Amino acid sequence: MSSVADGMVARPVRSRIMRRARPYLLSLPALLVCIGILIPFGTAAYYSMMRFRLNLPMLKGFIWFDNYTALVGDATFWHTVSISLAYAGLTVGLELMLGLGIALLLQKPTRFHNIASILLLLPLMTAPALAALMWKLMTNPNFGILSYLVSLLGIRDFKWASDPSTALFTVVLVDIWVYTPFMMILLLAGLRSLPKQPFEAAALDGVPRSFVFFRITLPMLMPYIITATLFRLLDSIQQFDIIYSMTQGGPGDTLLVFQVRAYLEFFQYTNVGKSAAILMILWAITYFLSNIFIKQWLKLRERTRGHA
Amino acid sequence: MEHVSTTERIVRGVLITLVLAFFLFPIFWILLMSFQTNETILRIPPSLFFEPTLANYTALLTGQLKTTAGNLDILFMRNLGNSVLLSTGSVLLSLLLGVPAAYAFARFRFRLGENIAFTLLSFRFAPPLLVLLPLSLYFKPLGLTNSYVGLVWVYQLICLPLILWIVRGYFEDISPDIEHAYRISGHSWRQTFTRIAIPLARPGIAAAGLLAFIFAWNNFVFALILASADKQPVTVGALAFVTASGIQYGQIAAAIVLSVTPTLLLALYAQRYLVEGLSLGAVKG
Repeated sequence: MSSVADGMVARPVRSRIMRRARPYLLSLPALLVCIGILIPFGTAAYYSMMRFRLNLPMLKGFIWFDNYTALVGDATFWHTVSISLAYAGLTVGLELMLGLGIALLLQKPTRFHNIASILLLLPLMTAPALAALMWKLMTNPNFGILSYLVSLLGIRDFKWASDPSTALFTVVLVDIWVYTPFMMILLLAGLRSLPKQPFEAAALDGVPRSFVFFRITLPMLMPYIITATLFRLLDSIQQFDIIYSMTQGGPGDTLLVFQVRAYLEFFQYTNVGKSAAILMILWAITYFLSNIFIKQWLKLRERTRGHA
Repeated sequence: MEHVSTTERIVRGVLITLVLAFFLFPIFWILLMSFQTNETILRIPPSLFFEPTLANYTALLTGQLKTTAGNLDILFMRNLGNSVLLSTGSVLLSLLLGVPAAYAFARFRFRLGENIAFTLLSFRFAPPLLVLLPLSLYFKPLGLTNSYVGLVWVYQLICLPLILWIVRGYFEDISPDIEHAYRISGHSWRQTFTRIAIPLARPGIAAAGLLAFIFAWNNFVFALILASADKQPVTVGALAFVTASGIQYGQIAAAIVLSVTPTLLLALYAQRYLVEGLSLGAVKG
């Protein structure tokens, strides 16, 4: 790094300044993008402490934390919190178990397994908003193939996303379809990167398989599991695309998760202050999680690259 | 290696088949629907056998959609064009901004650089609406509402962290000694960057670009908030299309097929790099 510069000691002062400035000049555009993100972020924080409704501009004023205290006393907000947590917990938990199971099935790098793992990536590469539309077509009460299959099982009038009692199940199912491959592919990469010796030694000693799994595979895979889980958790707690394009948060307020609710607060009720306060609360949750995530992620990155 | 019994092999085979069936069936079924008329779609019980028709696709290509309310002009092709334009533009801008910055972060340790890299990374995980809703208010006076420029700028939120962190990893993997040698033989710093560093990191740059394209294409919420019908990409356009075309299910299926095919093909092409891209450069496949 610094030795790159040693070759040209006898250059004039101007070029030394240039050299010093070089990394800053190179990253200047990225810095501008950063500022472009931080300004609206600051604005949102400010709006969250204002009485600010687009339809009533004359009432605009600074009210400190009144938006937040109003939310804390609002039962529908607590519904938003619990449905978001339920969604995130269910999707990530199920995706982790399924993803790990599939990764174990495909662990041996045979040709068939590799082709299968590539094909399994297709749902993940489908836009979540479009995936929701695909499932909407398949769960249509008139002709949806899944509605038909369910009726063969003797369940009549299964209404999928349009019934409050099964709406959460339906969007979780779509989320699992889209994002399980994410877990699978990261854990598969982890499994295949594990050192061979402990497994060979265990096989030689005739150690039972369940013991190998719980005492060798799982602990060694833990960094991958933690990173992938936190990554998914961060995305899932703020899921918008799947829920919005499937039900717009409905039926009723059943699926009004954080971001869908903030979106409707802003565009339907034009209550900018309240919407910003909801998003700030969500941001605090994701900020907390992402700090843990980034630490784990850096550890994994260092391990994969052997430096940095 | 361990001995694998026949029963275990059979159980594994059955399980893998079930997994593949669950994850591939929706794509297969929508593809089938896109070649059917409404009459065959609405048949009960559903059947795999039907006379395939291209009517849905021709309706989309010509923009003449048959609906219950009569013929309707919906330019779904325009949405496809917007997707191509927005994704390509965003990735190009992102590469232009991100590759030099990634190089700076990999080669020079400086506080500001780390701060930028980590701020962009942490906002990758912040709720997008937090940035988008205030932006939608700012965009109006700036004249950026419903403009390609404004959208491409906002798309940097997804593309830039990806490019920055993947390409940075590739630059870090290249030994600085090669660059030192080239510099000592009398080449300028800029020549070293363009003739040594960039060509050596090219696979990483290409991979990051392809992935950023896929993620930009699949994005929904940015354009939902900042674009109106004539600038919307397929993800938003398809939802509006469902509302507009009512019960023309074959056409909806065909629109979905046209919208997802580009990313699926790119993903198959770039599959070697997907693991690395999905983990933002932390895990190699």
